Amino acid sequence: MEYFELIIGAIFINNILLAKFLGNCPFLGVSKKMDTAIGMGAAVVFVLTLAGVITYAVEKYLLIPFDIGYIRTLAFILVIAALVQFVEIFMKKSIPALYKSLGIFLPLITTNCAVLGAAIISIQNEYDLIKTIIFSAASAVGFALALVLFAGVRERFEISRIPKPLQGTGIGLVMAGLLSLSFFAFKGMI
Amino acid sequence: MSTIAREFTKGLWDEIPLFRIVLGLCPALAVTTTMENGLGMGVAATFVLVGSNGLVSMLRKIIPNEVRVACYIVIIATFVVCVEMITKAYFFALSESLGIFIPLIVVNCIILGRAEAFARKNTIVKSLADGLGMGIGFTLALMLLAGIRELFGAGKLTLLFGDTILIQHPFGFLQQAPGAFLALGLLLGLMNVINNKIRG
Repeated sequence: MEYFELIIGAIFINNILLAKFLGNCPFLGVSKKMDTAIGMGAAVVFVLTLAGVITYAVEKYLLIPFDIGYIRTLAFILVIAALVQFVEIFMKKSIPALYKSLGIFLPLITTNCAVLGAAIISIQNEYDLIKTIIFSAASAVGFALALVLFAGVRERFEISRIPKPLQGTGIGLVMAGLLSLSFFAFKGMI
Repeated sequence: MSTIAREFTKGLWDEIPLFRIVLGLCPALAVTTTMENGLGMGVAATFVLVGSNGLVSMLRKIIPNEVRVACYIVIIATFVVCVEMITKAYFFALSESLGIFIPLIVVNCIILGRAEAFARKNTIVKSLADGLGMGIGFTLALMLLAGIRELFGAGKLTLLFGDTILIQHPFGFLQQAPGAFLALGLLLGLMNVINNKIRG
């Protein structure tokens, strides 16, 4: 039951994108087409879950024993950067089509605050390993869900008449606000 | 001199972060509930931006091209750790209210973006001017957004007027997450209108 609450909480109530504002740059940048959004979402789910496990290990076996918690930010970002590089090489070799369509946004996962953010949140909340994995995966699923929903809406923007100054990011943000409002309805569910 | 001045001033309007270069959205949306937080975030980001721009520019001939992004991230992270320690030691209240977003300066796209797009190709003085201009522009943008959200969302502006209630029945929605997106989106539109008016 505790785990169930954690999952629902991370996906819907405290959606990492729409309630905690982590990872907005790829959200507004990449999510213009449905299939790119799905690819990006999948990449984030993979990287974020893996990053959760690895940062947990770094925290527990390196930072705490040597009492160097103050370089946590530096250590975590390095681990994440290495991980993203690995995923990039892997994708380039085995899924070149997806690699091409993701383009510049794959290396940018390194600077996706959702990954570092989720890692820091699980450390701050003192989750154990299982909870860290569940929280990371659920957060990433929430991210992917919001990304895909948003891409679906955005495809419609192309055929609708939008006031000129709002075109592009402006209307994207307004739409994200409405999406965030609808996720707000989940508050109080648990 | 004139080119240095130009690098500095372009960050204040022509390429002002958040409005013209739409980067650094996460802190902009998350911490802008009060003007004070906006200012704090802006100053912290400016410090990191100036420091990393200067150091990247200084090392631009040494850093190998293939691993440059990793090097930039290490440089940026070092400055962020400094900011983390300074805020915890001297501005504890601010560090509590900004919380996770201080370590997250490390993944603020503006900073890595300036290192990649500007500092690695330009001299130290120019890079410092660019970093300072961009940082101040970012701070102003954050304070504007935060000011709007605080004034209309909470009815007061703590930074300027203390606890005086300026608006009797504030629109609390603006302080919540959806309000942040909506306010920034509309502000962006408004900026485009103003910019088009100026350009004619």
